[in-house]
Amino acid sequence: MSLVRDITTIAAVSAGAFFFLAGTVGLLRFPDTLTRLHALTKADNLGLGLVVFGLLPQAGSLRDGLKLVSIWLLGLLAGATVSQLIARSARQGETTK
Amino acid sequence: MSVATVFEIVLAAVVLGLGIWTTAVRETYSATVGFIAYGLLVALIWVRLDAVDVALTEAAIGGGLGGVLLLGAAARLRNAELVATEAPGKVTRVSAAALSILIAAALAGAVLMLPDSVSTLAPTVVAHTWATGLTNPITNVLMAFRAMDTMLEKVVLLLAIVGVWSLAPDSAWGGHPGPRHQTDPHGVLAFLARLLPPVGIVVGIYILWTGANHPGGAFQGGAILASMWLLAIMAGLTDTPPVSSRRLRFILIAGPGLFLIVGLGGLWFGAAFLAYPPALAKPLILGIEIAMILTIATTLGLLLAGAPERSAER
Repeated sequence: MSLVRDITTIAAVSAGAFFFLAGTVGLLRFPDTLTRLHALTKADNLGLGLVVFGLLPQAGSLRDGLKLVSIWLLGLLAGATVSQLIARSARQGETTK
Repeated sequence: MSVATVFEIVLAAVVLGLGIWTTAVRETYSATVGFIAYGLLVALIWVRLDAVDVALTEAAIGGGLGGVLLLGAAARLRNAELVATEAPGKVTRVSAAALSILIAAALAGAVLMLPDSVSTLAPTVVAHTWATGLTNPITNVLMAFRAMDTMLEKVVLLLAIVGVWSLAPDSAWGGHPGPRHQTDPHGVLAFLARLLPPVGIVVGIYILWTGANHPGGAFQGGAILASMWLLAIMAGLTDTPPVSSRRLRFILIAGPGLFLIVGLGGLWFGAAFLAYPPALAKPLILGIEIAMILTIATTLGLLLAGAPERSAER
């Protein structure tokens, strides 16, 4: 049973790390603000989500598991809001040019 | 070499590189962003050293509120930088560099010359946890064994806010600190400022409460509460209170004031200044911490809001 849990953890955390890597490459390589934001939010949403999902089987108790999930939810909320704000100000900057 | 060691080496290298970059980069804004990232990575180092209390404080103050404070300063300096065309002379720069290198070398030397086996008080602290009824040794040191330092730290916070307020022009004295923020009331920021504070307030109180037995405490919890308050201010949902408000001033002195009263009580009824009677130690410490979290949250928020800019009457 613990083998299955460990395999789930390794697979999900590795997939999460891949999304973070892809998001970082996108942040560095994409041409403008909106596409860079797109890359970054993928790292935040999917990468963090997969890492949290992978860590869930290792959580000692239901309480710890709920804490992990709430970290992901707060990360989602912050990422979504901040990317909206940045995109809006980037767009305003473009129209005033 | 284990994965953990590789991670530590990479982390230390990135922190060093970021430190050098932050000092070397010319733009104030970039240096500030570098410094914020530096603070967050240093918090990771504290976690690796099992100093979670310090890590929480570093992330909240060094990376979070300190970062916002520096960003605000950088934004104000941006106008000044355009005016200051006069570059410092070569002699000034070389002597500044020499002085910095000298200080860094002296610090490095001092760290390297530390004795290998340091005389530590940690076992004594752990052996005396019974005295307060709290099991987090950090909270014991902060609130009981070295309570004097913590009390004076709160007085320093009070002095800092007096320093910021003293920058107010005469016409604005007694008025509201900082600009009145206006945002779209149906916009994203206002939405976040309505959604997040209930969660943040619970987390802040939880951090205070759990500080008795686990990493956490009034300072870290207060920083979270302050950021929730600032979020509501920045979204234009609420205004900063006028600095002439009696209630505000009462909250600002509540923490150090209660600390001082309890300390004097110890002198009057007990053995020494700040000596808690063992039976009452836990409730007294909790009471002081609750007063302190209010003071800390308000002080940190007002430090970031800045000097009074608008008069109270409108």
